[in-house]
Amino acid sequence: MADTTSPSAANRPEGAERLSEARRDAMRGEPPYSEAPPEDTRLVRALKEGGITAALVAALTLFFFAFRTDIAVGGLSLTASPVVWIIAIAIAFAGRFLLTYFVFAGDTAVVGGWKKVAAGTGRMPIGKILGVLLLFIALTLPILLPQFLPSQNRYLLNLGITILTYVMLGWGLNIVVGLAGLLDLGYVAFYAVGAYSFALLATNFELGFWVCLPMAGLFAAMWGVILGFPVLRLRGDYLAIVTLAFGEIIRIVLLNWYEFTGGPDGILGIPEPSFFGLEFNRRDGSFSDFFGIEYSPIQKFIYLYYIILALALLTNFVTMRLRKLPVGRAWEALREDEIACRSLGINTTNVKLTAFATGAMFGGFAGSFFATKQQFISPESFTFIESAIILAIVVLGGLGSQLGVVIASVAMIGGIELLRKLTVLQAVFGNDFDPTQYRMLIFGLAMVLIMVWKPRGLVSTRSPSAVYKEKKTIGADMVAQGEGH
Amino acid sequence: MLKETQNWSANPVLSVEHLTMRFGGLVAVDDLSFNVGRGDITALIGPNGAGKTTVFNCVTGFYKPTEGRIALRRDQAVADGTLAELTKSGRQYFDGDKGGVFLLERMPDFKITEVAGVARTFQNIRLFGGMTVLENLLVAQHNQLMQASSFTIGGLFGLPGYRKAAAAAKDKAVEWLRHVNLLDRADDPAADLPYGAQRRLEIARALCTNPVLLCLDEPAAGLNPRESAELNELLRFIRDEHGVSVLLIEHDMGVVMEISDHIIVLDYGKKIADGTASEVRSDPKVIAAYLGVDDEEVDEVERDLDVQTGHSASEGGSQ
Ligand SMILES: Nc1ncnc2c1ncn2[C@@H]1O[C@H](COP(=O)(O)OP(=O)(O)OP(=O)(O)O)[C@@H](O)[C@H]1O
Ligand SMILES: [Mg+2]
Repeated sequence: MADTTSPSAANRPEGAERLSEARRDAMRGEPPYSEAPPEDTRLVRALKEGGITAALVAALTLFFFAFRTDIAVGGLSLTASPVVWIIAIAIAFAGRFLLTYFVFAGDTAVVGGWKKVAAGTGRMPIGKILGVLLLFIALTLPILLPQFLPSQNRYLLNLGITILTYVMLGWGLNIVVGLAGLLDLGYVAFYAVGAYSFALLATNFELGFWVCLPMAGLFAAMWGVILGFPVLRLRGDYLAIVTLAFGEIIRIVLLNWYEFTGGPDGILGIPEPSFFGLEFNRRDGSFSDFFGIEYSPIQKFIYLYYIILALALLTNFVTMRLRKLPVGRAWEALREDEIACRSLGINTTNVKLTAFATGAMFGGFAGSFFATKQQFISPESFTFIESAIILAIVVLGGLGSQLGVVIASVAMIGGIELLRKLTVLQAVFGNDFDPTQYRMLIFGLAMVLIMVWKPRGLVSTRSPSAVYKEKKTIGADMVAQGEGH
Repeated sequence: MLKETQNWSANPVLSVEHLTMRFGGLVAVDDLSFNVGRGDITALIGPNGAGKTTVFNCVTGFYKPTEGRIALRRDQAVADGTLAELTKSGRQYFDGDKGGVFLLERMPDFKITEVAGVARTFQNIRLFGGMTVLENLLVAQHNQLMQASSFTIGGLFGLPGYRKAAAAAKDKAVEWLRHVNLLDRADDPAADLPYGAQRRLEIARALCTNPVLLCLDEPAAGLNPRESAELNELLRFIRDEHGVSVLLIEHDMGVVMEISDHIIVLDYGKKIADGTASEVRSDPKVIAAYLGVDDEEVDEVERDLDVQTGHSASEGGSQ
């Protein structure tokens, strides 16, 4: 249990040392004894790599783009369409050239280069700048949208709300999976508990959103603890399976407990949130009436947008804060090595339960927001696919990374929506190509590619929670992933 | 050998009595009894597979022993009857003003470190590799910090009480890093350290839990001679300046003979010798165990030695 006793190369001290060094070097992409390859200048290298990429694309797409066969009288007719082919080659060349020249600058290999950037100290400012930029965009989005895309205003605002909901869920799950390293496949259960808590409290007791929100969070946290207990002793795949089952149990109970939850009919007439008692409608004493502005349905969406933005930022703030506190540090230590934690007097039971409860609480908050936004909920909304999407966001973003979750949410939720509108693809695949039918396929492919490119997620570095002199980010190869990965 | 004059009998910090640990049919530790003296460096030695790590795992609560009592006296002034009373009462420990007695075989592993004050390191180093050296030492102070942060609430709002405790924890970590010569690596991930430094860090981390008894599982394994010498220095410093009793498993006889006040030798889960370094060194059973001689030959060796020296070497030899 604590020690492996059989003497093998891996647990004899010298063997272990050499093994771990070799592995570390291998992960950094550094073969032990190789000379540095001669360096080209940036332009030459960019041109070279662009040329290689273009050649590859040329070869690969030759028969798809350059020639086209049609059924004609007496067999097939061959039409050559070199223009499309050349355009594809040009795009590949230009893309690769620009990437190499600007993005990969200063590094040699494609993949290795990125890893080196990630492991170094120079990475942090980029992350910070990006974070501030994203925050600025998020704060001003409702103002920017009518300026630039007035026709799409409402649709895009709605999309923004959805993305932010997933950002919040991702951040909540990140506590459990990313920090504490406990693979949870049933996170949607807490989202459901939050949504139903709010819906039932609001419809049965006539309570408002702001009163119910903390209660919904508490209920979800309580369920987090309830889930925590049976899975405390489980590891790896077993943990994942039981959490998955837990998510399904909650959904099935909601589906079948007709008298209480309305079963498949769901719950209707969930109240919308009010702005200090002011509602969003045309009547007297409403928000628009009080401020003497003209009523517009968009006002409610803007309000909802800012609510979820505030909730998401609260989640982020609390998580960042907790990471620097003993609980948060214990979560990460648990992910690194549970046995070592116990040898230091840490009650790992409590650590796991707090992680489950905290993650669940934020899921519950997001759930009540979802209920108040939709005004109708049913078990349909809380299927396993939701858990999978949230987990995919966390994994794609990079376990434990707050910024990664944002980027991944925008890419995933926004990406799925974007693909729906991608009529550009019709130029490539012909006019009867319907992007909505292929969007999941394209999307899945994109995800696979990203994971091949960056197996530990988009932002895989860890920044330390305490600093003595100089803050250094920690490369992904050092950081453990915890249970079940 | 006069038993009463030995520190480990007169003033034990840890008493292991009739400890037996079975894994199915395998008896890894067989009716083992020994004492660890307060303020001593005690070495537990024996050939591979003798059951040393298993003893450690029983003492630190990672295994529940099949049989036996493991009592830790945190302070010297514990009334004689207390231990017997506690054993009968079925409670895990007694923690009075005059001193604490802890029955380790009844306590869960984390409580043993938290309440009784036993810290340990592992044969295969277990650091938090993705966390920095400094963070490793802060995690070790979890329980104090948790209390200071009023179980997170105070910490969340940055109350002054917590901030003070956090600063103190950092100071303590820095202090230990200075002692183990790792201060310049404080902000590096632990997995990035060379092997010897990882060993030292693991010891420093264990010490940050404020232990009464420190259990080290092969701390010198894989160290070069210079590092070994530094380790000896460190262990002496821990014993003399901090009053921590040390129990260590070690294969490096250079380290063992040089620094141990008391050595216990195990073979096939049984104690074959128990005494000071010079006593153990000349014990024919120990020599036989390390050279891998048969039992019959042991008797022969023993007889030969008896003829030469005129006495049977140690009390442990009578088993
Ligand atoms: N969890 C376990 N389950 C089954 N057998 C075990 C277990 N732990 C230890 N053993 C066995 O108990 C015996 C003693 O092992 P232990 O690890 O205590 O030896 P050791 O003295 O520490 O040896 P080394 O010097 O090689 O570290 C060995 O035969 C080992 O295989
Ligand atoms: Mg061992």
